[in-house]
Amino acid sequence: MTGYFIQAFIFLFAAVVMVPLAKRLGLGSVLGYLIAGVIIGPVTGLVGQETNTIQHFAEFGVVMMLFLVGLELQPAMLWQMRHKLLGLGGLQVGLTTLAVTGITLLLGQSWSIALAIGLIFSLSSTAIVLQTFNEKGLTKTEGGNSAFSVLLFQDIAVIPMLALMPLLALPELQSVGSAAADHHEEISLVAHLPGWATGLVVLGTIVGLVLAGHYLSRPLFRYVADSGLREAFIAAALMLVIGIAALMGLVGLSPALGTFLAGVVLSNSEFRHELEANIEPFKGLLLGLFFITVGAGVNFTVLGDNFTTIIALTLGLMLLKAAVLFVLALIFKVHAGDRWLFTLSLAQAGEFGFVLLTYAVSHSVLPTELAQLLSLVVALSMFLTPALFIVLEKVIFPRYEQQQQQRDMDDIDEQGSVIIAGIGRFGQIVNRLLVANGVPTVVLDHQAAQVDRLRSINIKSFYGDATRTDLLHSAGIEDAKLLVVAIDDKDRALALVKQVKHEFPHVGILARAYDRGHHYELKDAGADYVISETYPSALQLGGEALQRLGYHPFRAEQIKQRFSKLEKQHFESLFSSWLHEGEARDFSDHYRSLFLQLESKILTAMKQESEDTRSDEERGWTPPPKTYQDDFNR
Amino acid sequence: MSRKVLVLYAHPSQHRSEVNQPMFDAARDITGVTLVDLYQQYPTYQIDIEREQQRLLEHDVVVFQFPLYWYSTPSILKEWQDLVLEYGFAYGNEGTALQGKQFICAISAGGAEQAYKMEGYNHYPLEDLLRPIEQMAGITGMKYLPPLALFGARTAVEEGRMSQHIERWKTLLTLLQEGALDTQSCDDLIALLDQQAGEAK
Repeated sequence: MTGYFIQAFIFLFAAVVMVPLAKRLGLGSVLGYLIAGVIIGPVTGLVGQETNTIQHFAEFGVVMMLFLVGLELQPAMLWQMRHKLLGLGGLQVGLTTLAVTGITLLLGQSWSIALAIGLIFSLSSTAIVLQTFNEKGLTKTEGGNSAFSVLLFQDIAVIPMLALMPLLALPELQSVGSAAADHHEEISLVAHLPGWATGLVVLGTIVGLVLAGHYLSRPLFRYVADSGLREAFIAAALMLVIGIAALMGLVGLSPALGTFLAGVVLSNSEFRHELEANIEPFKGLLLGLFFITVGAGVNFTVLGDNFTTIIALTLGLMLLKAAVLFVLALIFKVHAGDRWLFTLSLAQAGEFGFVLLTYAVSHSVLPTELAQLLSLVVALSMFLTPALFIVLEKVIFPRYEQQQQQRDMDDIDEQGSVIIAGIGRFGQIVNRLLVANGVPTVVLDHQAAQVDRLRSINIKSFYGDATRTDLLHSAGIEDAKLLVVAIDDKDRALALVKQVKHEFPHVGILARAYDRGHHYELKDAGADYVISETYPSALQLGGEALQRLGYHPFRAEQIKQRFSKLEKQHFESLFSSWLHEGEARDFSDHYRSLFLQLESKILTAMKQESEDTRSDEERGWTPPPKTYQDDFNR
Repeated sequence: MSRKVLVLYAHPSQHRSEVNQPMFDAARDITGVTLVDLYQQYPTYQIDIEREQQRLLEHDVVVFQFPLYWYSTPSILKEWQDLVLEYGFAYGNEGTALQGKQFICAISAGGAEQAYKMEGYNHYPLEDLLRPIEQMAGITGMKYLPPLALFGARTAVEEGRMSQHIERWKTLLTLLQEGALDTQSCDDLIALLDQQAGEAK
């Protein structure tokens, strides 16, 4: 037990130290993790053989990432991408495999080994690329989009590759391989079924997954959400992802693909943002762990012995992949800076390369020494990717910046959205007014039943606790213009205002206060506009009372206006007094005297009803004095 | 001698405006001109009397810019007059705050110029219709200048008359700001401005 703790501590410590450092140096978190891995692995030897086991576990980070990617993609969007997916992705995998296989043949390897290497090297690193895109905000660019299509295709292509590998087996490696194969034996439902039955089971699983995702997930999440326990929801989210991954493993499909599919199915669900927010931290940690294991797995002995070969192979591979990608970018008319982004971001081998290499060894396709060498090539090319991103950012993007800015002008229609936190009696009206005028809003509420009711009348809303920054992130706070805070819980409203003002100062905050004290607190927390929820309606009711007591409607209106104007005039002095009083605020003498002052001012102003003396508060529509004609007759 | 010009602009439907909003926007380029959009500042008509009077005290020239509504100003400009031009401030024994300032209206009118003739369907020339405003200027001690008017405003854009009018408007504001507008002997401001533009070329 203690041993595990020590290991975990070493991994976490390395990450905690290296990742912030790498980010500060502008290298991105991925490189930070990789370096941390190298330091605790081959350099200091703090971790050793167990890295491999951990790596299998950490690969689950990739699975979670694809689930999150799926959540972002509505089925309609996926359908729109189909040409890019098949064309760009298919050609990339095909051409790269062909080129690598050809070169390997020329280097004197047998054709089966050449093809295996071609397949392995045709894949790129989904983990590194998507993570970096996210960090640098490149996901929504044209290049990012195209790269994503290719990555998605690759992740799907892994499945037939795994099926193909055993057919490439070399007889002379069989004896070595079978031992390793036993080691990697996994639980499978379909292993002993004939081909057609396997096909049926796989198909049934996918259909079942889609149907269950569509019909069962909502009642399940509702049930969990109604308990109001956050950890129960987190458990449910994890259960979903792990369950699907396990199911996919059982029928011999890629877990990543399965969870991706589940993500797509759930992308229209009102629980989407909450799911995202709950899975996100796990994904981040596991991916980080994965990168560390890649770094820790670098075998310096093999590297030292074949240094030139490995470097040459790595650079050659990246150059070749970049060339293929560049040509594809030309054919598919990816423009300017995006073309370079596409070319350079995918020019590495990926984590599935490790999987395929292990698999190839265990199925006697590749000899162990060659596989060790190749896995170093994969790792090194992953190592170099963050460097390529730095080149992109520092050298290539600045050149295209101007064009980029011009192009951005075209699609401004995504801007200006409003996030409404709390969609009870108050937030609802705000939302209706905005939506009726074509303002895009995202609604968050922590009552699943409420969200549901709104959904049934076609108001786009999501279940979730708005006080969580990660949830705000997935609701798009970075691009939002305004945040309307209308949640009932006073303290949570306050916390939300503080948090958003601190982390996203560009977002304007309009907040609803419960009462005067809450009003001051919200103002103090940085809300740009605060309204006490009952004030306007109470004022209106008061005016109605005056009318029913016989006041002329216009006069009643004026009295109301004067009342609220006086309140406004005294806001600042009462507020600053409140600020200075600290803890004792509501009961302090100074504050109370100010409040009494306000009340007496209002009282005098309201009472004053003289014809000839013109008081300050009684200006509008006051007639001139009765004697005023005399002025003109002089 | 440079003067401070205050433009009080009243247009309740700016998103539909083809004449006044472009004029208001064009005036932004001119130094020494304060632009006040009354409907923007007082969407609920709760005019801040104190603030408006302060503004008047700080300026030498007052311009009302508005589309003609029923032969008069849009309602907020009337509200502004009713509330801001108080007894004791703008008129009456001690009401001398506006004495000696210049006053002018910049108006757009839907009807053609011919309509504002005795024989036209509006029967009265524009200057007659503006008598209440002229008298307001008179009793507050301001010097009333003949209005800058654009007739046929509904079709001015289609007929390509806007750029010329905006030039006139900018010239007017510049001249007012420079204190260089000599209207002593002039009762047709447009003729004067067009002549000015001709000289500049």
